[in-house]
Amino acid sequence: MNTQTTTQATAQSGAPEAVVEAKNLDLVFPTNDGPVQALKDVNLTINKGDFVSFIGPSGCGKTTFLRVMAALEHPTGGSITVNGMSPDEARKKRAYGYVFQAAGLYPWRTIAKNIKLPLEIMGYSKAEQDKRVEQVLELVELAGFGGKYPWQLSGGMQQRASIARALAFDADILLMDEPFGALDEIVRDHLNEQLLKLWARTNKTIGFVTHSIPEAVYLSTKIVVMSPRPGRITDVIESTLPRERPLDIRDSQEFIDIAHRVREGLRAGHADD
Amino acid sequence: MKSFFAVLTVLAAIVAFWYAACVPMNIKGVLDAAERGGAEVMPATSKVRRDMGSFGLVAGNTFAIAQTWEQDRPRLPAPHQVISELWKTTVMKKVTSKRSLVYHAQVTLNATLLGFVIGTGLGILLAVGIVHSKVMDMSVMPWAIVSQTIPIIALAPMIIVVLYSIGVQGILPKAIISAYLSFFPVVVGMVKGLRSPDAMQLDLLKTYSANTSQGFWKLRLPSSMPYLFTSLKIGIAASLLGAIVGELPTGAVAGLGARLLAGSYYGQTVQIWSALFAAAILAGLLVALLEVIEKNVLKRMGMAS
Repeated sequence: MNTQTTTQATAQSGAPEAVVEAKNLDLVFPTNDGPVQALKDVNLTINKGDFVSFIGPSGCGKTTFLRVMAALEHPTGGSITVNGMSPDEARKKRAYGYVFQAAGLYPWRTIAKNIKLPLEIMGYSKAEQDKRVEQVLELVELAGFGGKYPWQLSGGMQQRASIARALAFDADILLMDEPFGALDEIVRDHLNEQLLKLWARTNKTIGFVTHSIPEAVYLSTKIVVMSPRPGRITDVIESTLPRERPLDIRDSQEFIDIAHRVREGLRAGHADD
Repeated sequence: MKSFFAVLTVLAAIVAFWYAACVPMNIKGVLDAAERGGAEVMPATSKVRRDMGSFGLVAGNTFAIAQTWEQDRPRLPAPHQVISELWKTTVMKKVTSKRSLVYHAQVTLNATLLGFVIGTGLGILLAVGIVHSKVMDMSVMPWAIVSQTIPIIALAPMIIVVLYSIGVQGILPKAIISAYLSFFPVVVGMVKGLRSPDAMQLDLLKTYSANTSQGFWKLRLPSSMPYLFTSLKIGIAASLLGAIVGELPTGAVAGLGARLLAGSYYGQTVQIWSALFAAAILAGLLVALLEVIEKNVLKRMGMAS
């Protein structure tokens, strides 16, 4: 707790510390129909403690960019650093946890054992594993559900368990690829609220891919608007909303203005086709 | 309850068809015996009867119908004859007796199980190799497929002769023929099963920098369980078939295959049919056993469908 407050203090007082820096990033996928430019000339800096949303139509490269950060894809041009290292090195240093659209919990493992999966792979001791499982379960408000199997949990709870799994090892960065995309609106609102709380408590840096304008505006400190063919950034919006955000902030004029700017950015990207 | 009666109806229809089929199949033999016994038969001589159709003979000698179900060596034994032979050679005989089907079934079962274990082990090993090595995928898989296109009845004698010449005999040659048949469904099923985790699951492990063996033990192997059990059920039936076929060319004295062979040497059709049924019952029991294990394992793994 102590270390968290100090890191928060330094992040807030001094110059913002860049966690991810992408410069002139290009990524071309070779396909049977010829090369596809998934990312073109992407420049972006993500600072420590930022909540960055990537929004845009399908094919705009938002997921691809997230995957490049996670070293699941490799750029064909330009440069990118994560914590000052290459994404591959950052991954080996356990710099990030990744949350996919589907919870992807193993049906043959309990929730606790699912959360232990990365810990087992990374070689944590048994006692340490148990301790961390307790911590993260409490963090995603699933305390007491460790002994349950995934099928005994609702879709929203499963996704929370998968977030807990990504938090279990001490990654500073949380990359989330449409984590709530498959859930209904009401569950989604609830999870968004919880995610903000979790972000405030842990001071993680979060990269968040979404299709939803309200979700992006509600969650983010920085909204990256992207457009397809080729995938590129058309607008980066620094949110003026306070860090503390009750759900009804979405009815405020400020919120509506930001949402409007996002919509404009998306439309501008489309006008190019 | 409704489906119970439906199942019973189907079974009754099969049995009725079987009894009906016995009549034309056995009529000539019955009439020959009746003629020798001094009964009046239409037509009177076997030479004339030989050229007549079975249904015509039945129509002309309706008195003989009941006897078509009671012959000693019928062409087609009636269901109750097979059942009574099964009863006599299982329940009524000591298990150690050479005339006990239980004894013969157990001889075949030993070879089946040994072959099944060898075949399954080999199948899983090959599948692991194929999934992890492109070279093995391209070099082993085609041969595995080709191996199954050769009729086992042609290959079995050669396997036995070759093994005999290097001093291997007894249960092992039969088990190897069993394994030859049962490894294939396991290879095919396990290759599919080990490849069943989707891209997302594999990416997740990649984000943990998991190595190949961690990916295998923690994700691929557990994911393949439903596929493994499907393969095992096909594999065990194939194993039994292999063990029986393995008994045929050797002139084996024990085993269900040996019973089949002895029955055909001496025209003991009832014995042949009861051995066939014993084999079918044995296969059914083995598959049912695997099904029970499958249900329990998959339920415990949260993968029951």
